[in-house]
Amino acid sequence: MTDQSADFGSGASWERLKQRAELLRCVRAFFDQRGFLEVETPLLSHDSVVDLHLDPLSVRLFDDPRMPEEGALLWLQTSPEFGMKRLLADGATAIYQITRAFRGGERGPRHNPEFTMVEWYRVGDGLQAGMQLLDELAQATLVRGPAERISYAEAFQRTVGIDPHQTAVEELADVAQQLGFHPSPAWDAQDRDAWLDWLLVSQVEPTLGHGRPTIVFDYPASQAALAKVRHELVPVAERFELYVDSVELANGYHELTDPQALQIRTQQANAARRAEGKFSLPNESRLLSAMRGGFPACSGCALGFDRLVMVASGASDLSEVMAFTIERA
Amino acid sequence: MAVYKTSDFRKGLKVQIDGEPYLMFEMNFVKPGKGNALYKCRLRNLIRNTILDRTYKGGDSLESADVEEIDVQFLYRQVDTFVFMDSSTYEQYELSADQVGDAWRYLKENLKCSMVLFNGNPITMTPPNHVEMKIEFCDPGAKGDTATNVTKPVKVETGAEFQAPIFINMGDVIKIDTRTGEYVERVRS
Repeated sequence: MTDQSADFGSGASWERLKQRAELLRCVRAFFDQRGFLEVETPLLSHDSVVDLHLDPLSVRLFDDPRMPEEGALLWLQTSPEFGMKRLLADGATAIYQITRAFRGGERGPRHNPEFTMVEWYRVGDGLQAGMQLLDELAQATLVRGPAERISYAEAFQRTVGIDPHQTAVEELADVAQQLGFHPSPAWDAQDRDAWLDWLLVSQVEPTLGHGRPTIVFDYPASQAALAKVRHELVPVAERFELYVDSVELANGYHELTDPQALQIRTQQANAARRAEGKFSLPNESRLLSAMRGGFPACSGCALGFDRLVMVASGASDLSEVMAFTIERA
Repeated sequence: MAVYKTSDFRKGLKVQIDGEPYLMFEMNFVKPGKGNALYKCRLRNLIRNTILDRTYKGGDSLESADVEEIDVQFLYRQVDTFVFMDSSTYEQYELSADQVGDAWRYLKENLKCSMVLFNGNPITMTPPNHVEMKIEFCDPGAKGDTATNVTKPVKVETGAEFQAPIFINMGDVIKIDTRTGEYVERVRS
């Protein structure tokens, strides 16, 4: 037997692949029972979500195979967000989709550049209703009981003992370094969110979702992405995340409905991308035009399906639950 | 000099930091869904054997280190300098007593060792796991006593002292484990 022929099989066991199929049925049943319409939107689009930390892969849509370098540049979706929101602007009320998403530069035990995402939206839902639906989905698929709900600030207070919204950036740096963080020389010490991300990943996340799932909500406004920002003493983003066994499984928003705010955030994200030497993404999109015509108040959420299978089956690496990860795709 | 970007980071990479070679022996990619991609690395300094923890952000880079392992044999010692010869090219390399460290205890003439070169310069050497050495001096062996748990100091041909069972005699050849410095067995009496 040659080396090549020995290497064709899946890294995942049949037992896990069967569990994956069962969970897929379970997710569909969950949304079907609640009257959600299953939809399909294009993987390949002229538009892209614009986020400093999401790097979409591109595809050249050529007409002439003799000149494959010529044609429009299309983006493989990093999530089905734009397509689904256009359907909401067009009258959809409760929709879900199970699809593939692609993200460049993401590879690790919990990251694969191509992965399966479950995404859903329901018109009329706010932050609380959005979290409630996510909690019910977690209960239906994982059977670990209702989730603990804790704000981003409380989660930081509990593990790191600081207020993530108001602590000065110098103090965040001190705290991180006291906790054993050794940044590279190129680290930007003024980048608040980078310090918060390190504290989140190394200190807070390890404590989340043990015994029962945890839903974290009210993120720093600087990390709002496409969530509504609520203006209180400190502004917070109406964003929520589900954690199980320290693994981040889902990210939801009480959705931004203001096209002007979307436009500003898109431009800011593109400026930040350029500042980091990354390629720019389109500032204009069909979603922006759709939102200018009116967009319903709603909540939406995206769940990493492969990670769900991972925690449900007690696996610790995506290669144990995906038929073929990128190296062997 | 090649440059490794964070996307090239993986276990086993040899990189250069502040002019010294490091082996990346642990690498973890972590990233909050809407946050920075972080590469948590543990690196071992190949000269001093110390551990360095560093977290890199997507887009950072490290210079590659030109690190090579070669087979050498020990030729001779000249005061504080140890001279080795590349077994295939016959090129000679020198290490200081500091660089050799405790391994001097095993360096008898013609001993085959492995040596690490950084940018073509020797930085460390490692003796084989087991070395056979002749006893130069010890108290006379206790006849008939074959116990190995009662030991006495013995001086071997390199001038180093080890602990060996009391039945060992001058002129015997014993095997020493270089990783622990402990007596393994008598090879010849």
